[in-house]
Amino acid sequence: MTGKPKNIGLFVTCLADLFRPTVGFAAVKLLEDAGCRVHVPTQTCCGQPAFNAGARANAQAIARGVIAAFERFDYVVAPSGSCAGMIGKHYPELFQDDPTWSKRARALGIKTFELVSFLTDVLGVRAVDAAFEGKVTYHDSCSGLRELNVKRQPRQLLRQVEGLELVELPSAEECCGFGGTFCVKYADISIDIVERKRKDIVATGAGTLLAGDLGCLMNMAGRLHRAGGDVEVRHVAEVLAGMTDDAPPIGDTGPTRARED
Amino acid sequence: MEFMQARKFKDNAREAMADRNLQSALAQLKGGFIPRRQEAADRLPEFDALRDRARELKDHVLANLDVYLETFEENCRAAGGQVHWCATAEDARAAILGICREAGARTVTKGKSMVAEEIHLNGFLERHGITPVETDLGEYIIQLAEEPPSHIIGPAVHKTKDQVSDLFLAHHRQYGKTVRQTEPGAIINEAREVLRQKYFDADVGITGANFLVAETGSTIIVTNEGNGDLTQTLPRTHIVVTSIEKVVPTLEDASTILRVLARSATGQDFSAYTTLSTGGRRDGDLDGPENFHVVLLDNGRSAMLGTEFQDMLRCIRCGACMNHCPVYHSVGGHSYGAVYVGPMGAVLTPSLEGIDDARHLPSASTFCGRCESVCPMRIPLPKMMRHWRERAYDSGASAAMERWGVDIWAWTARRPWLYEAGARLAVRLLKRLGRGRGRLRRLPLAGGWTRGRDFPVPEGRTFQEQWRARRRAARPAP
Repeated sequence: MTGKPKNIGLFVTCLADLFRPTVGFAAVKLLEDAGCRVHVPTQTCCGQPAFNAGARANAQAIARGVIAAFERFDYVVAPSGSCAGMIGKHYPELFQDDPTWSKRARALGIKTFELVSFLTDVLGVRAVDAAFEGKVTYHDSCSGLRELNVKRQPRQLLRQVEGLELVELPSAEECCGFGGTFCVKYADISIDIVERKRKDIVATGAGTLLAGDLGCLMNMAGRLHRAGGDVEVRHVAEVLAGMTDDAPPIGDTGPTRARED
Repeated sequence: MEFMQARKFKDNAREAMADRNLQSALAQLKGGFIPRRQEAADRLPEFDALRDRARELKDHVLANLDVYLETFEENCRAAGGQVHWCATAEDARAAILGICREAGARTVTKGKSMVAEEIHLNGFLERHGITPVETDLGEYIIQLAEEPPSHIIGPAVHKTKDQVSDLFLAHHRQYGKTVRQTEPGAIINEAREVLRQKYFDADVGITGANFLVAETGSTIIVTNEGNGDLTQTLPRTHIVVTSIEKVVPTLEDASTILRVLARSATGQDFSAYTTLSTGGRRDGDLDGPENFHVVLLDNGRSAMLGTEFQDMLRCIRCGACMNHCPVYHSVGGHSYGAVYVGPMGAVLTPSLEGIDDARHLPSASTFCGRCESVCPMRIPLPKMMRHWRERAYDSGASAAMERWGVDIWAWTARRPWLYEAGARLAVRLLKRLGRGRGRLRRLPLAGGWTRGRDFPVPEGRTFQEQWRARRRAARPAP
């Protein structure tokens, strides 16, 4: 890369912040390897749970905080299509009747990206310094796929990971049933949907499931574990950053499959 | 008839997910409609461009609805038809009953019509001594089963072939059909034979309409069975039961939308029959009804104009949204407890019946967005479901616990110092509960999650906490 390093505001996402900091550090590594300077302003959540619950005023209040905290950076990057979609696509919609905030929301929106597509589409990253032995399959999380067109980018970079074999999940574009608060509000339906997904994942014969959104990953990992299989689950950034030794797979303890092999 | 109710959506869903016949029928639906629609879309390079044109066309119509409806009425009358404007379902039922009485009707045949379902026409006609006979195979099956439709284009899509065999055996004995048919062809033939005489006996034929063409005053229906043609040409009176948003300016415009309709619905390039009706029989016509009536229903639609729900009036009832909906795939149509089901029903039902009883419908969506991505009219379904959630939240129709939960969480999320203190505490607590394991099988207050899924234990410290510690360590000492 040439020129001044880009200043990135990392929107780490509330789920990665709480449950899986490794995803945040993987994002930092990938961005720094690509020549960016990464900043982590104090943050909580993008407000999507409130927005989707119909609590518009609450969502607006949270969004104002995010806009104020992040608008000074060249780009905002999140290791999640869902949160990046919330900031990029839904913040402008949230303030459509408020000219001042609408302008700020739109300005932030156009420079907000999902991590993997930011690496490939904006930074032009073509190679990653990572190895991962084994067969993996990939689930396209809905928001990233349909709001941000994240589909080819993770596959493009995963092909660069040494030793990794990607087998396509036939139902990759079908929802896993997470849906934010849907997963507890309509738990029975959510479990039914993720059980269909689990069967499809197991049928691929892959040892590892990857995706770009922690909500979906926790949901699918939770179901895979409950059913007693041995598919391991990770965020795609961990594999691309070569950081699979830094943490066991989601919901697991101890050594990873890669080390055992 | 009492059937499933929208406010009991969760209970309905639980029953539906335990119903093996239903689950097998839903798996078939998913495996059929989805690839067929994709193949049809792929075969037509201009498919997405047509969707844009169809959307613009319908938006134009909705912005000028009064003009096009009045033009339609004028041209329909000029062709010898009569138009009945009906503000409510009750008005529409009364208009239809009036026409049936005038015709001295004892039986009426019916083509498939969602508007007829919306106004609960069959029960009403029966209560007034008129026997309705459904002639669309799916509608016929559910009429025998005394059930409402579970899908807007495949009303009996929830039934397996075996269930249909049993149903026919039980109901066709009176026509001398005593063999339980199991081959699809034989089952269809049996229905055809039974229905054949009904067409001749009917005094009135009732159909719906996919389009009303303003420039010619014509109505258009599409079917795959040809039953609509027999329903509307054989009796002396034909009633078209339809709703105001179905109007398009010209025949050309209708054909634009027809090109995306069947492809989105069944994956056909075109439905087998596209039937135009322009007034009744004219001098010299060999067949056709003597009387032609169009019952034009509003029932809450005009109130959607100019609101955040106006885009819903672009809907052409293809069913692609439900065919692609993960929730529909789990719970089927009856769980929604409404005439219109799936994503389009989740938006339309609260508009027609109010949000209080229907509050679950727009809530029970993962917002995966697949419905919007396949909608031929590009209706932003998730966005409109969210608008309903906003109305439910603001009006207090949402559960109080849920509103408090969101309010408290949002209040905290606006105070990073407090949020972080809570987050640190929470991850440590969960880590401790995990006792060295990577996941929990049970977790207080998260029963919905852990009923069918393990809950991953956090790594132990929040990202922000670790990030700051690293920054401090990296900074040179003062």
